[in-house]
Amino acid sequence: MTATPVRKVAANTTVRHFLARVAFALIMTIVGLLFALPLVWLVLAPFDATPSLSLSWPDWTLDNFARLAENPYALRSIGNSLLLGVGTMVIVVVLGALAAYAMSRIRIPGRDGILYALLLLSSIVTGTAAMVPTFQIITQLGLINSYVGVLLVLAGGILPTVIFILKDFMDSIPKSYEESARLYGAGPFRILRDVVAPIARPGLAFISIWTIVQVWGNFLVPFILLRSPDMQPAAVLMYTFYTESGQADLRLISTFALLFSAPVLIIYFVVNRRYGFRFHGGIKS
Amino acid sequence: MAGINATQLVKEYPGGVRGVDEVDVQIHDGEFFALLGPSGCGKTTLLRSIAGLEAITAGSLVIGDRDVTNAEPGARGVAMVFQDYALFPHMDVGDNIAYPLRIKHVGRDERRATAEKVADGLSLQGLIERRPGQLSGGQQQRVALARAVATRPDVLLLDEPLSNLDARLRLEARTFLKELQRDLGVTTVFVTHDQAEALALADRIAVMKAGKLQQIGTPREVFQRPNNTFVAGFIGSNPMNLVETTVTGGGISIGETSVPVPAGTEGLVRDGQTVIWGIRPEYLRWVSSEEPGAIPAEVSVVENLGASVLIAVNASGHKFQVVVPEDHEPAPGDRGWLVPQAAKTLLFDAESTQRIG
Repeated sequence: MTATPVRKVAANTTVRHFLARVAFALIMTIVGLLFALPLVWLVLAPFDATPSLSLSWPDWTLDNFARLAENPYALRSIGNSLLLGVGTMVIVVVLGALAAYAMSRIRIPGRDGILYALLLLSSIVTGTAAMVPTFQIITQLGLINSYVGVLLVLAGGILPTVIFILKDFMDSIPKSYEESARLYGAGPFRILRDVVAPIARPGLAFISIWTIVQVWGNFLVPFILLRSPDMQPAAVLMYTFYTESGQADLRLISTFALLFSAPVLIIYFVVNRRYGFRFHGGIKS
Repeated sequence: MAGINATQLVKEYPGGVRGVDEVDVQIHDGEFFALLGPSGCGKTTLLRSIAGLEAITAGSLVIGDRDVTNAEPGARGVAMVFQDYALFPHMDVGDNIAYPLRIKHVGRDERRATAEKVADGLSLQGLIERRPGQLSGGQQQRVALARAVATRPDVLLLDEPLSNLDARLRLEARTFLKELQRDLGVTTVFVTHDQAEALALADRIAVMKAGKLQQIGTPREVFQRPNNTFVAGFIGSNPMNLVETTVTGGGISIGETSVPVPAGTEGLVRDGQTVIWGIRPEYLRWVSSEEPGAIPAEVSVVENLGASVLIAVNASGHKFQVVVPEDHEPAPGDRGWLVPQAAKTLLFDAESTQRIG
């Protein structure tokens, strides 16, 4: 065998390899662009004097923001969403951490069964199936049109998942850490605060963001439990942006959508920076 | 400083299994005490019962002059170093060492000062701001020890203190532990499954098996006069040769040979009684020419131990292990004689396995 055919084969493979890479990059670019289009619309449409559902170079204006500011409920609804999100987060993180710690450390007969049952049922609580009973219970409790009712239902729906995830985090913390702290005189709450919570911090950070995102996007629960328009969160308010003729008011909707998506992104970056999704390792034994 | 006094201590698990079974043990003030036994023998359970991490089922526990049978772990004046050291990964070395002081509401500056002082004493200078994950195994152990002694406990408990270190570091840490214990003079109880570790470190050793105490004594006592065949077989780097045989004509029959009964057992055994005769491999001499009282045997396996050789021999149906100096090692198949050191032999009852005499 001479050297020439070998080189030819090698050159052929290189060319084919190069073409394959180019084709792959092209296809991925097209797919990526398809996914990027709605996001581009989200950023451009609010600045367009006459936005439509198609994507076009905007006729730049800030009028839409001015119009949105005139709407008495728009900005307040973002505040309402924040209130509901943070409120649910506090309830869920505090109760979830306590319950997960107990579930992780105390032997209860049928513990795993309880957890799985809760997890399954939780998807029903905040889902469409339980809409009527949920409404009736909250009415009977006299909590209709109050944030307490909404917070309870939202937290109740999210808690089982949170307990499930946090229990896993706490299971991975060696018992010797707590026993060590106990020997120095620390009580259960002290141990939870000084030892368990700091080590489970990545889990707690994840749970916090996840809860806010869940509540932020939840439409059904506040929609059926809140009556007054000034109490509605953003996700429900968007539903009311119609023109007099009953057409969807794209100028308001697009502008509001941009404002609606901003806080979640900001919260994500702040929490990620401050608390970080870092993991502390134990000792291999 | 305080002694520990356990009386009829029982720790029963749900289901009736006894981890610790009616254990009586007195540990003196300032003593370095070892709990020794194979895995699952209840030694760690006993240690954890002393710490208060396991609730005692029955019996009583006194530390110093206080009955702490039902006291909270934090109210017993004990500190413990766990097998995995249990250093908090999210705190630096200084905060770890000072954590017990933080619970006692000591101010931040004082805590840091104490931590630095204790750390210096355990050669941890310059590591005070490191996280546990950035330390070597030996350093982690010293941090755990520093945290345990920072509060000047009455009793220091160590759970398998050397088992997480590699072999070379283990010897270093052993010496270090012994020095530290002597300097502090603190009553120390440690758990180990390694008899060499127990013999090397402890002032006294308690040997346990299946939750029950087998023997308490100084390393010399448990080595020279084991209470029963279990202790005899467990203590010593090469297990004691234990041979079931009968007493004939005032001597022990090993095949055709009659070996004199150990000193102090004359009159305690009768002719025809089945007994277990015990002798350590180190106290048997291998000779190639017949001597009076020597047992004829044939070498089956030769294991090199470095400075000496461990040979397994067959002597009229009984198996013996013998330690032979390195220059006189026989080959498998060689025939020769075993000469026991009469003063070092022991006799056990065949039924109860207890030592006779």
